[in-house]
Amino acid sequence: MSISQIILELFEGLLVSVQIFAITLLFSLPLGLVVALGRMSKNSTVSGITKVYISIMRGTPLMLQLFVVYYGPYYLFNIKLNPTYRNMAVYIGFIINYAAYFAEIYRSGIQSMPVGQYEAADILGYSKVQTFFSIIMPQVIKRILPSVTNEVITLVKDTSLAFSISVMEMFTKAKALSSSQTSMTPLIVAGVFYYVFNFIVAYMMEKAEKKLDYYK
Amino acid sequence: MNLLEMKNVKKSFGDLQVLRDISLEVGDGEIVSIIGPSGSGKSTLLRCATLLENMDAGMLKYEDEIVAKDDPNGKAVYADKKTIKRIKSVYGLVFQQFNLFPHWNVLRNVTDAVINVQKKSKSEAEKIGKELLDKMGLLDKAEYYPYQLSGGQQQRVAIARALALNPKVLFFDEPTSALDPELTGEVLKVIKSLKDLHIAMVIVTHEMAFARDISDKVIFMADGVIVEQGSAEEVFNSENERMRLFLGRYKDIL
Repeated sequence: MSISQIILELFEGLLVSVQIFAITLLFSLPLGLVVALGRMSKNSTVSGITKVYISIMRGTPLMLQLFVVYYGPYYLFNIKLNPTYRNMAVYIGFIINYAAYFAEIYRSGIQSMPVGQYEAADILGYSKVQTFFSIIMPQVIKRILPSVTNEVITLVKDTSLAFSISVMEMFTKAKALSSSQTSMTPLIVAGVFYYVFNFIVAYMMEKAEKKLDYYK
Repeated sequence: MNLLEMKNVKKSFGDLQVLRDISLEVGDGEIVSIIGPSGSGKSTLLRCATLLENMDAGMLKYEDEIVAKDDPNGKAVYADKKTIKRIKSVYGLVFQQFNLFPHWNVLRNVTDAVINVQKKSKSEAEKIGKELLDKMGLLDKAEYYPYQLSGGQQQRVAIARALALNPKVLFFDEPTSALDPELTGEVLKVIKSLKDLHIAMVIVTHEMAFARDISDKVIFMADGVIVEQGSAEEVFNSENERMRLFLGRYKDIL
Protein backbone atom coordinates (compact mmCIF):
# COMPACT_ATOMS: atom_id res chain seq x y z
CA MET A 1 0.00 0.00 0.00
CA SER A 2 1.48 3.29 -1.07
CA ILE A 3 1.74 6.26 1.24
CA SER A 4 -0.80 8.19 -0.81
CA GLN A 5 -3.31 5.39 -0.34
CA ILE A 6 -2.68 5.41 3.38
CA ILE A 7 -3.18 9.16 3.47
CA LEU A 8 -6.41 8.83 1.52
CA GLU A 9 -7.75 6.12 3.85
CA LEU A 10 -6.81 8.06 6.95
CA PHE A 11 -8.27 11.21 5.52
CA GLU A 12 -11.66 9.50 5.40
CA GLY A 13 -11.20 8.62 9.06
CA LEU A 14 -10.16 12.18 9.77
CA LEU A 15 -13.49 13.43 8.44
CA VAL A 16 -15.26 11.24 11.00
CA SER A 17 -12.95 12.55 13.75
CA VAL A 18 -13.69 16.13 12.70
CA GLN A 19 -17.38 15.34 12.79
CA ILE A 20 -17.17 13.99 16.34
CA PHE A 21 -15.13 17.05 17.31
CA ALA A 22 -17.54 19.56 15.75
CA ILE A 23 -20.74 17.96 17.02
CA THR A 24 -19.30 17.60 20.52
CA LEU A 25 -18.38 21.28 20.65
CA LEU A 26 -21.63 22.42 19.10
CA PHE A 27 -23.67 20.77 21.83
CA SER A 28 -21.39 20.59 24.85
CA LEU A 29 -20.56 24.31 24.89
CA PRO A 30 -24.19 25.44 25.37
CA LEU A 31 -25.03 22.39 27.51
CA GLY A 32 -22.04 23.21 29.71
CA LEU A 33 -23.48 26.65 30.36
CA VAL A 34 -26.80 25.13 31.42
CA VAL A 35 -24.96 22.71 33.72
CA ALA A 36 -22.90 25.57 35.17
CA LEU A 37 -26.07 27.51 35.93
CA GLY A 38 -27.52 24.40 37.55
CA ARG A 39 -24.37 23.96 39.61
CA MET A 40 -24.67 27.56 40.85
CA SER A 41 -28.43 27.30 41.42
CA LYS A 42 -29.80 28.34 44.78
CA ASN A 43 -32.04 25.30 44.61
CA SER A 44 -30.05 22.69 46.53
CA THR A 45 -31.61 19.73 44.67
CA VAL A 46 -30.58 21.16 41.30
CA SER A 47 -27.10 22.13 42.44
CA GLY A 48 -26.70 18.78 44.22
CA ILE A 49 -27.64 16.74 41.16
CA THR A 50 -25.37 18.73 38.84
CA LYS A 51 -22.54 18.46 41.33
CA VAL A 52 -22.82 14.66 41.37
CA TYR A 53 -23.09 14.60 37.57
CA ILE A 54 -19.94 16.69 37.14
CA SER A 55 -18.14 14.61 39.72
CA ILE A 56 -18.93 11.34 37.90
CA MET A 57 -18.05 12.75 34.49
CA ARG A 58 -14.71 13.99 35.72
CA GLY A 59 -14.00 11.08 38.02
CA THR A 60 -14.38 8.18 35.59
CA PRO A 61 -12.61 7.46 32.27
CA LEU A 62 -14.22 8.79 29.12
CA MET A 63 -13.66 5.37 27.53
CA LEU A 64 -15.72 3.73 30.24
CA GLN A 65 -18.44 6.33 29.78
CA LEU A 66 -18.55 5.55 26.05
CA PHE A 67 -18.98 1.86 26.87
CA VAL A 68 -21.82 2.62 29.26
CA VAL A 69 -23.60 4.82 26.74
CA TYR A 70 -23.14 2.29 23.95
CA TYR A 71 -23.78 -1.00 25.75
CA GLY A 72 -25.88 0.33 28.62
CA PRO A 73 -29.24 0.34 26.84
CA TYR A 74 -28.83 -3.36 26.06
CA TYR A 75 -27.28 -4.62 29.29
CA LEU A 76 -29.35 -2.48 31.59
CA PHE A 77 -32.69 -2.27 29.85
CA ASN A 78 -32.47 -4.98 27.23
CA ILE A 79 -33.11 -2.46 24.48
CA LYS A 80 -31.75 -3.54 21.13
CA LEU A 81 -30.44 -0.65 19.13
CA ASN A 82 -29.38 -0.86 15.52
CA PRO A 83 -25.68 -0.45 14.65
CA THR A 84 -26.04 3.17 13.61
CA TYR A 85 -26.49 3.86 17.32
CA ARG A 86 -22.73 3.47 17.53
CA ASN A 87 -22.15 7.00 16.18
CA MET A 88 -24.91 8.41 18.28
CA ALA A 89 -23.35 6.79 21.37
CA VAL A 90 -20.06 8.51 20.63
CA TYR A 91 -21.74 11.87 20.29
CA ILE A 92 -23.76 11.42 23.48
CA GLY A 93 -20.75 10.17 25.44
CA PHE A 94 -18.51 13.01 24.33
CA ILE A 95 -21.15 15.70 24.75
CA ILE A 96 -22.11 14.79 28.31
CA ASN A 97 -18.48 14.37 29.30
CA TYR A 98 -17.27 17.65 27.80
CA ALA A 99 -20.32 19.56 29.04
CA ALA A 100 -19.20 18.71 32.58
CA TYR A 101 -15.71 20.08 31.99
CA PHE A 102 -17.00 23.19 30.23
CA ALA A 103 -19.49 23.72 33.06
CA GLU A 104 -16.66 24.00 35.55
CA ILE A 105 -14.81 26.41 33.27
CA TYR A 106 -17.91 28.58 32.90
CA ARG A 107 -18.48 28.48 36.64
CA SER A 108 -14.96 29.62 37.42
CA GLY A 109 -15.36 32.45 34.92
CA ILE A 110 -18.76 33.55 36.15
CA GLN A 111 -17.69 33.45 39.79
CA SER A 112 -14.60 35.50 39.05
CA MET A 113 -16.72 38.43 37.88
CA PRO A 114 -16.67 41.35 40.33
CA VAL A 115 -19.97 41.92 42.11
CA GLY A 116 -19.79 45.58 41.09
CA GLN A 117 -20.70 44.63 37.52
CA TYR A 118 -23.95 43.07 38.72
CA GLU A 119 -24.68 46.00 41.01
CA ALA A 120 -24.07 48.59 38.30
CA ALA A 121 -26.36 46.68 35.94
CA ASP A 122 -29.01 46.40 38.64
CA ILE A 123 -28.94 50.13 39.37
CA LEU A 124 -29.20 50.93 35.66
CA GLY A 125 -32.34 48.81 35.48
CA TYR A 126 -31.14 45.88 33.38
CA SER A 127 -33.10 42.67 33.87
CA LYS A 128 -31.28 39.59 35.17
CA VAL A 129 -31.30 38.04 31.70
CA GLN A 130 -29.97 41.20 30.05
CA THR A 131 -27.28 41.49 32.70
CA PHE A 132 -26.16 37.93 32.20
CA PHE A 133 -26.07 37.87 28.42
CA SER A 134 -24.92 41.37 27.56
CA ILE A 135 -22.72 42.31 30.50
CA ILE A 136 -21.51 39.20 32.31
CA MET A 137 -21.11 36.55 29.58
CA PRO A 138 -19.06 38.62 27.10
CA GLN A 139 -16.52 39.27 29.84
CA VAL A 140 -16.64 35.68 31.07
CA ILE A 141 -15.84 34.41 27.56
CA LYS A 142 -12.71 36.53 27.45
CA ARG A 143 -11.64 35.26 30.85
CA ILE A 144 -12.19 31.57 30.12
CA LEU A 145 -10.89 31.42 26.58
CA PRO A 146 -7.43 30.06 27.51
CA SER A 147 -8.99 27.23 29.56
CA VAL A 148 -11.44 26.48 26.77
CA THR A 149 -8.55 26.26 24.31
CA ASN A 150 -6.94 23.61 26.50
CA GLU A 151 -10.13 21.61 26.61
CA VAL A 152 -10.69 21.88 22.85
CA ILE A 153 -7.18 20.65 22.11
CA THR A 154 -7.73 17.72 24.45
CA LEU A 155 -10.96 16.97 22.61
CA VAL A 156 -9.15 16.68 19.28
CA LYS A 157 -6.99 13.93 20.76
CA ASP A 158 -9.84 12.36 22.73
CA THR A 159 -11.82 11.71 19.54
CA SER A 160 -9.47 8.73 19.14
CA LEU A 161 -11.25 7.10 22.10
CA ALA A 162 -14.18 6.42 19.77
CA PHE A 163 -11.92 3.59 18.72
CA SER A 164 -13.05 1.74 21.85
CA ILE A 165 -16.53 1.19 20.44
CA SER A 166 -15.26 0.64 16.90
CA VAL A 167 -16.34 3.87 15.29
CA MET A 168 -14.42 4.28 12.06
CA GLU A 169 -12.60 7.47 12.93
CA MET A 170 -8.98 8.15 12.12
CA PHE A 171 -7.32 6.29 14.96
CA THR A 172 -9.43 3.14 14.40
CA LYS A 173 -8.42 3.22 10.75
CA ALA A 174 -4.75 3.83 11.52
CA LYS A 175 -4.70 0.93 13.95
CA ALA A 176 -6.35 -1.41 11.42
CA LEU A 177 -4.03 -0.33 8.59
CA SER A 178 -0.98 -0.67 10.79
CA SER A 179 -1.93 -4.28 11.67
CA SER A 180 -2.80 -5.33 8.14
CA GLN A 181 0.27 -3.67 6.59
CA THR A 182 2.54 -4.52 9.52
CA SER A 183 3.81 -0.96 9.33
CA MET A 184 4.25 2.03 11.57
CA THR A 185 3.51 4.43 8.72
CA PRO A 186 -0.27 4.69 9.21
CA LEU A 187 0.20 5.54 12.87
CA ILE A 188 2.80 8.17 12.05
CA VAL A 189 0.57 9.70 9.36
CA ALA A 190 -2.34 9.74 11.85
CA GLY A 191 -0.06 11.47 14.36
CA VAL A 192 0.79 14.13 11.80
CA PHE A 193 -2.92 14.64 11.04
CA TYR A 194 -3.75 15.08 14.74
CA TYR A 195 -0.88 17.50 15.12
CA VAL A 196 -1.94 19.60 12.14
CA PHE A 197 -5.56 19.53 13.32
CA ASN A 198 -4.50 20.86 16.71
CA PHE A 199 -2.15 23.37 15.16
CA ILE A 200 -5.10 24.86 13.28
CA VAL A 201 -7.30 24.77 16.40
CA ALA A 202 -4.63 26.50 18.48
CA TYR A 203 -4.11 29.10 15.77
CA MET A 204 -7.82 29.87 15.58
CA MET A 205 -8.19 30.11 19.35
CA GLU A 206 -5.22 32.45 19.48
CA LYS A 207 -6.92 34.61 16.86
CA ALA A 208 -10.07 34.65 18.97
CA GLU A 209 -8.09 35.65 22.05
CA LYS A 210 -6.42 38.46 20.11
CA LYS A 211 -9.80 39.63 18.91
CA LEU A 212 -10.96 40.00 22.52
CA ASP A 213 -7.81 41.90 23.38
CA TYR A 214 -9.46 45.23 22.61
CA TYR A 215 -10.27 45.77 26.29
CA LYS A 216 -8.82 44.85 29.64
CA MET B 1 -43.58 66.28 48.72
CA ASN B 2 -40.36 64.53 49.55
CA LEU B 3 -38.54 62.74 46.81
CA LEU B 4 -37.11 60.19 49.19
CA GLU B 5 -38.19 59.30 52.66
CA MET B 6 -36.60 56.71 54.93
CA LYS B 7 -38.01 56.08 58.38
CA ASN B 8 -36.66 54.05 61.29
CA VAL B 9 -34.37 52.03 59.06
CA LYS B 10 -32.56 49.16 60.72
CA LYS B 11 -30.03 46.84 59.19
CA SER B 12 -27.72 44.22 60.65
CA PHE B 13 -25.11 41.95 59.16
CA GLY B 14 -25.13 38.96 61.46
CA ASP B 15 -24.64 40.29 64.96
CA LEU B 16 -23.36 43.61 63.75
CA GLN B 17 -26.02 46.28 63.79
CA VAL B 18 -24.96 48.71 61.08
CA LEU B 19 -28.03 50.95 60.95
CA ARG B 20 -29.74 51.41 64.29
CA ASP B 21 -32.62 53.72 63.59
CA ILE B 22 -32.17 56.04 60.69
CA SER B 23 -34.71 58.47 59.33
CA LEU B 24 -34.05 60.96 56.61
CA GLU B 25 -35.78 62.96 53.94
CA VAL B 26 -34.56 64.30 50.65
CA GLY B 27 -36.56 66.97 48.85
CA ASP B 28 -36.76 67.70 45.14
CA GLY B 29 -33.46 69.07 43.92
CA GLU B 30 -31.97 68.99 47.40
CA ILE B 31 -28.28 68.26 47.86
CA VAL B 32 -27.52 66.17 50.91
CA SER B 33 -24.08 65.10 52.09
CA ILE B 34 -23.59 62.22 54.46
CA ILE B 35 -20.37 62.35 56.43
CA GLY B 36 -18.99 60.33 59.28
CA PRO B 37 -16.25 57.93 60.27
CA SER B 38 -15.63 54.70 58.37
CA GLY B 39 -17.93 51.93 59.51
CA SER B 40 -20.63 54.33 60.63
CA GLY B 41 -23.13 52.88 58.16
CA LYS B 42 -23.10 55.60 55.48
CA SER B 43 -22.56 53.27 52.57
CA THR B 44 -25.01 50.73 53.93
CA LEU B 45 -27.62 53.45 54.19
CA LEU B 46 -27.02 54.33 50.54
CA ARG B 47 -27.19 50.68 49.55
CA CYS B 48 -30.52 50.33 51.36
CA ALA B 49 -31.86 53.43 49.63
CA THR B 50 -30.81 52.07 46.23
CA LEU B 51 -32.12 48.56 46.94
CA LEU B 52 -28.71 46.92 46.65
CA GLU B 53 -29.34 45.80 50.23
CA ASN B 54 -32.65 45.02 51.86
CA MET B 55 -33.21 46.68 55.19
CA ASP B 56 -34.39 44.56 58.11
CA ALA B 57 -36.94 47.06 59.32
CA GLY B 58 -38.17 50.49 58.39
CA MET B 59 -39.96 52.41 55.69
CA LEU B 60 -38.64 53.46 52.30
CA LYS B 61 -40.60 55.73 50.02
CA TYR B 62 -39.84 57.43 46.70
CA GLU B 63 -42.23 60.27 45.85
CA ASP B 64 -45.61 58.82 46.79
CA GLU B 65 -44.67 55.23 46.19
CA ILE B 66 -43.94 52.97 49.14
CA VAL B 67 -41.06 50.63 48.34
CA ALA B 68 -40.90 48.93 51.72
CA LYS B 69 -42.62 49.19 55.05
CA ASP B 70 -42.85 47.26 58.27
CA ASP B 71 -45.31 44.43 58.70
CA PRO B 72 -47.01 44.06 62.11
CA ASN B 73 -43.94 42.18 63.36
CA GLY B 74 -41.72 45.13 62.58
CA LYS B 75 -40.01 43.46 59.63
CA ALA B 76 -39.59 45.35 56.37
CA VAL B 77 -41.69 44.01 53.51
CA TYR B 78 -40.87 45.09 49.98
CA ALA B 79 -43.26 46.02 47.18
CA ASP B 80 -43.80 43.74 44.19
CA LYS B 81 -41.30 43.49 41.35
CA LYS B 82 -43.23 45.80 39.06
CA THR B 83 -43.24 48.64 41.57
CA ILE B 84 -39.56 48.11 42.26
CA LYS B 85 -38.74 48.19 38.58
CA ARG B 86 -40.60 51.48 38.24
CA ILE B 87 -38.87 52.92 41.30
CA LYS B 88 -35.46 52.06 39.91
CA SER B 89 -35.92 54.64 37.18
CA VAL B 90 -36.21 57.38 39.80
CA TYR B 91 -32.65 57.15 41.09
CA GLY B 92 -29.10 56.54 39.94
CA LEU B 93 -25.92 55.62 41.78
CA VAL B 94 -22.29 56.45 41.24
CA PHE B 95 -19.98 53.89 42.81
CA GLN B 96 -16.68 54.31 44.56
CA GLN B 97 -15.09 51.85 42.13
CA PHE B 98 -16.89 53.31 39.05
CA ASN B 99 -18.02 49.86 37.86
CA LEU B 100 -18.00 50.76 34.21
CA PHE B 101 -18.52 47.92 31.76
CA PRO B 102 -15.00 47.26 30.46
CA HIS B 103 -16.06 45.55 27.23
CA TRP B 104 -17.99 48.58 25.99
CA ASN B 105 -16.54 51.86 24.85
CA VAL B 106 -17.36 55.07 26.69
CA LEU B 107 -20.30 56.02 24.50
CA ARG B 108 -21.89 52.60 24.78
CA ASN B 109 -21.39 52.62 28.54
CA VAL B 110 -23.44 55.79 28.63
CA THR B 111 -26.06 54.92 26.03
CA ASP B 112 -26.72 51.19 26.34
CA ALA B 113 -29.18 51.39 29.22
CA VAL B 114 -30.96 54.29 27.52
CA ILE B 115 -31.52 52.00 24.54
CA ASN B 116 -32.04 48.63 26.21
CA VAL B 117 -33.72 49.65 29.47
CA GLN B 118 -35.52 52.86 28.59
CA LYS B 119 -36.13 51.65 25.03
CA LYS B 120 -35.23 54.91 23.40
CA SER B 121 -33.92 54.94 19.83
CA LYS B 122 -30.22 54.60 19.21
CA SER B 123 -29.96 58.04 17.65
CA GLU B 124 -31.76 59.67 20.55
CA ALA B 125 -29.59 57.80 23.06
CA GLU B 126 -26.42 58.88 21.28
CA LYS B 127 -27.58 62.47 21.26
CA ILE B 128 -28.15 62.30 25.03
CA GLY B 129 -24.87 60.47 25.53
CA LYS B 130 -22.79 62.88 23.51
CA GLU B 131 -24.31 65.91 25.23
CA LEU B 132 -23.47 64.45 28.62
CA LEU B 133 -19.95 63.46 27.61
CA ASP B 134 -19.49 66.98 26.36
CA LYS B 135 -20.65 68.31 29.72
CA MET B 136 -18.14 65.99 31.39
CA GLY B 137 -15.38 67.19 29.05
CA LEU B 138 -15.01 63.72 27.59
CA LEU B 139 -16.57 63.96 24.16
CA ASP B 140 -13.21 63.22 22.54
CA LYS B 141 -13.02 59.97 24.54
CA ALA B 142 -16.33 58.58 23.28
CA GLU B 143 -14.66 55.74 21.41
CA TYR B 144 -12.17 54.88 24.14
CA TYR B 145 -12.47 51.86 26.40
CA PRO B 146 -12.55 52.33 30.17
CA TYR B 147 -9.07 50.88 30.71
CA GLN B 148 -7.64 53.64 28.51
CA LEU B 149 -8.96 56.34 30.86
CA SER B 150 -7.68 57.72 34.16
CA GLY B 151 -9.70 57.03 37.30
CA GLY B 152 -11.09 60.55 37.25
CA GLN B 153 -12.19 60.18 33.64
CA GLN B 154 -13.75 56.81 34.40
CA GLN B 155 -15.71 58.30 37.26
CA ARG B 156 -16.94 61.10 35.02
CA VAL B 157 -18.11 58.51 32.50
CA ALA B 158 -19.91 56.75 35.35
CA ILE B 159 -21.61 60.01 36.25
CA ALA B 160 -22.64 60.54 32.63
CA ARG B 161 -23.95 56.96 32.52
CA ALA B 162 -26.12 57.61 35.58
CA LEU B 163 -27.35 60.98 34.28
CA ALA B 164 -28.25 59.56 30.86
CA LEU B 165 -31.21 57.78 32.46
CA ASN B 166 -32.49 61.10 33.72
CA PRO B 167 -32.86 60.24 37.42
CA LYS B 168 -34.59 62.53 39.90
CA VAL B 169 -32.07 61.71 42.57
CA LEU B 170 -28.47 60.68 42.12
CA PHE B 171 -26.58 58.91 44.89
CA PHE B 172 -22.79 59.03 45.17
CA ASP B 173 -21.03 56.42 47.27
CA GLU B 174 -17.65 57.95 48.12
CA PRO B 175 -17.14 58.97 44.49
CA THR B 176 -13.57 60.16 44.98
CA SER B 177 -12.22 57.69 47.53
CA ALA B 178 -10.46 55.65 44.85
CA LEU B 179 -8.79 58.71 43.33
CA ASP B 180 -5.64 60.70 44.04
CA PRO B 181 -6.06 64.37 45.08
CA GLU B 182 -5.62 65.74 41.59
CA LEU B 183 -8.25 63.47 40.07
CA THR B 184 -10.48 64.03 43.10
CA GLY B 185 -10.52 67.72 42.26
CA GLU B 186 -11.68 67.17 38.69
CA VAL B 187 -14.49 64.84 39.77
CA LEU B 188 -15.68 67.14 42.55
CA LYS B 189 -15.75 70.00 40.08
CA VAL B 190 -18.00 67.96 37.80
CA ILE B 191 -20.32 67.06 40.66
CA LYS B 192 -20.56 70.72 41.62
CA SER B 193 -21.44 71.59 38.04
CA LEU B 194 -24.45 69.28 38.29
CA LYS B 195 -26.11 71.75 40.62
CA ASP B 196 -27.75 73.53 37.72
CA LEU B 197 -29.44 70.31 36.58
CA HIS B 198 -31.65 70.64 39.65
CA ILE B 199 -31.69 66.96 40.43
CA ALA B 200 -31.43 65.86 44.02
CA MET B 201 -28.06 64.45 45.08
CA VAL B 202 -27.16 62.36 48.09
CA ILE B 203 -23.40 62.20 48.51
CA VAL B 204 -21.48 60.01 50.91
CA THR B 205 -18.10 61.62 51.14
CA HIS B 206 -14.97 62.21 53.15
CA GLU B 207 -14.31 65.52 51.37
CA MET B 208 -15.37 67.92 54.09
CA ALA B 209 -14.76 71.21 52.27
CA PHE B 210 -16.70 69.88 49.32
CA ALA B 211 -19.59 68.76 51.51
CA ARG B 212 -19.68 72.15 53.19
CA ASP B 213 -19.72 74.05 49.92
CA ILE B 214 -22.21 72.03 47.93
CA SER B 215 -24.78 70.82 50.44
CA ASP B 216 -28.21 72.11 51.32
CA LYS B 217 -28.14 69.64 54.15
CA VAL B 218 -25.36 67.75 55.89
CA ILE B 219 -25.94 64.56 57.83
CA PHE B 220 -23.33 63.33 60.27
CA MET B 221 -23.52 59.63 61.05
CA ALA B 222 -21.69 57.61 63.65
CA ASP B 223 -22.23 54.07 64.90
CA GLY B 224 -25.35 53.52 62.83
CA VAL B 225 -27.26 56.59 63.90
CA ILE B 226 -27.61 60.15 62.68
CA VAL B 227 -25.84 62.28 65.25
CA GLU B 228 -26.35 65.66 63.69
CA GLN B 229 -28.16 67.03 60.67
CA GLY B 230 -28.88 70.47 59.33
CA SER B 231 -27.33 73.12 57.15
CA ALA B 232 -23.61 72.82 56.53
CA GLU B 233 -22.99 75.70 58.87
CA GLU B 234 -25.01 74.17 61.68
CA VAL B 235 -23.41 70.78 61.41
CA PHE B 236 -19.82 71.89 61.01
CA ASN B 237 -20.16 74.26 63.95
CA SER B 238 -21.97 71.76 66.09
CA GLU B 239 -20.93 71.48 69.70
CA ASN B 240 -21.71 67.78 69.69
CA GLU B 241 -18.72 65.97 71.06
CA ARG B 242 -18.75 63.10 68.57
CA MET B 243 -18.96 65.58 65.73
CA ARG B 244 -16.11 67.65 67.07
CA LEU B 245 -14.00 64.59 67.58
CA PHE B 246 -14.61 63.56 63.99
CA LEU B 247 -13.96 66.99 62.56
CA GLY B 248 -10.94 67.56 64.76
CA ARG B 249 -8.32 67.27 62.13
CA TYR B 250 -10.45 68.80 59.41
CA LYS B 251 -11.29 71.89 61.44
CA ASP B 252 -8.09 73.69 60.54
CA ILE B 253 -8.52 73.37 56.81
CA LEU B 254 -12.21 74.18 56.72
